Amino acid sequence: MKRILFIEDEQSLQKILGNRLEQEGFEVSSALDGEIGLKLAKEKNPELILLDLVLPKKDGFQVLAELKADSKTKNIPVIVLTNLESGTDIQKILELGATTYLVKANYKLEDIVEKIKQSCQ
Amino acid sequence: MVNPFNQCKDLHLKPWQCPPLLFILMGLITIMAMLATYFIASRYESPVILVSSVSLVTIIIMTIGYFVVQGVSQIVELNQMKTEFVAIASHQLRTPLTSLGWTTGALEKTDMNSKQKELLLAIKESHQRMVELVNNLLNVSRIEQGKIKLIKEKFSVNKLIKETIKEFSSLAKARNVKIKLIETIDELPLRADKEKIRIIISNIINNAILYSKAQGKIKISLKKNLISIKDNGVGIPKEQQKLIFEKFFRSDNILKRQTQGTGLGLYIAKALVESHKGKIWFKSKENQGTTFYIKLKN
Repeated sequence: MKRILFIEDEQSLQKILGNRLEQEGFEVSSALDGEIGLKLAKEKNPELILLDLVLPKKDGFQVLAELKADSKTKNIPVIVLTNLESGTDIQKILELGATTYLVKANYKLEDIVEKIKQSCQ
Repeated sequence: MVNPFNQCKDLHLKPWQCPPLLFILMGLITIMAMLATYFIASRYESPVILVSSVSLVTIIIMTIGYFVVQGVSQIVELNQMKTEFVAIASHQLRTPLTSLGWTTGALEKTDMNSKQKELLLAIKESHQRMVELVNNLLNVSRIEQGKIKLIKEKFSVNKLIKETIKEFSSLAKARNVKIKLIETIDELPLRADKEKIRIIISNIINNAILYSKAQGKIKISLKKNLISIKDNGVGIPKEQQKLIFEKFFRSDNILKRQTQGTGLGLYIAKALVESHKGKIWFKSKENQGTTFYIKLKN
């Protein structure tokens, strides 16, 4: 069973995407802020991390930087799922080592699930 | 050119904060000062009086100048805030929009009767329109802040046009409009931001469909690096032609049932064309149709 960590502060999105991924056979852990996200990443050692950028306590940029700096977590692929879209944000995130950058509002649920399944192969 | 005094009124600036007014006042004072200095110099021979009067005038001019600069800074700041507000509001709006979109996606997969499916389709369409509006607003705010970033790659414009036509096939069918790429001559290799060029072409095709008459025909042709999109729709009345690229401007020369559209499509298209150092223009005749031309550099 593949483990996914979903770091996102919006409860409704956690529920919808979480349920859908569980239907597909994934084990989903939820983190509602950046600090909990980092903690769970180290504890659960997921195969994939879905990361929002606008988060309380620690924002997505900080979380990503710390994930990549820690030897335990630096090899976990990270898909950034956010609604920010400035060119500088995208560049910064890719430089920090994210695998993909997806703007949530522009994607259907099915397409996001598809991309997640592709990354887990 | 927008009347600057009206701009100060719109921004609720007081007269002493209004740069154009202060500038004119400063100009008048400078002229009077020069005349006064001339008369004083020709009447009084004492250098002290001359120096004092010139110093006094200088102080007055510098003080007014200070107010002018303050007024200008305030206008610039208000403008900045306006643009930033649009950006922030649009990002905030995207969160419930995402939730809405994903929930309707999940709902679609459940068992529903045909009435429910119909209602769900209506929700999906409204949602899609909101997403497009927010995206347009974000694009506009980025354009105004000068934050357009071009990610250039080599691609075939012919192929892009065909893909875009395909994307519009359901809307075109619903409106009884036929779109065709009628010819491609000597296509030049193009290195540009593919997604932005797609937006430009999409926005023009979208307008052509929305402003079409019954049995509309849209003919697209590509010659070297010039794309032309010709429709036989309602056209643009002469007096509105100079406003067509302005933000939020929508020609009212349409069948009154049309309510979609934000008036941002051409504003965005023009900004994106120009960021590629290209040119966009059109020819139109009321009731006969419009042809848009886009010329891109390679």
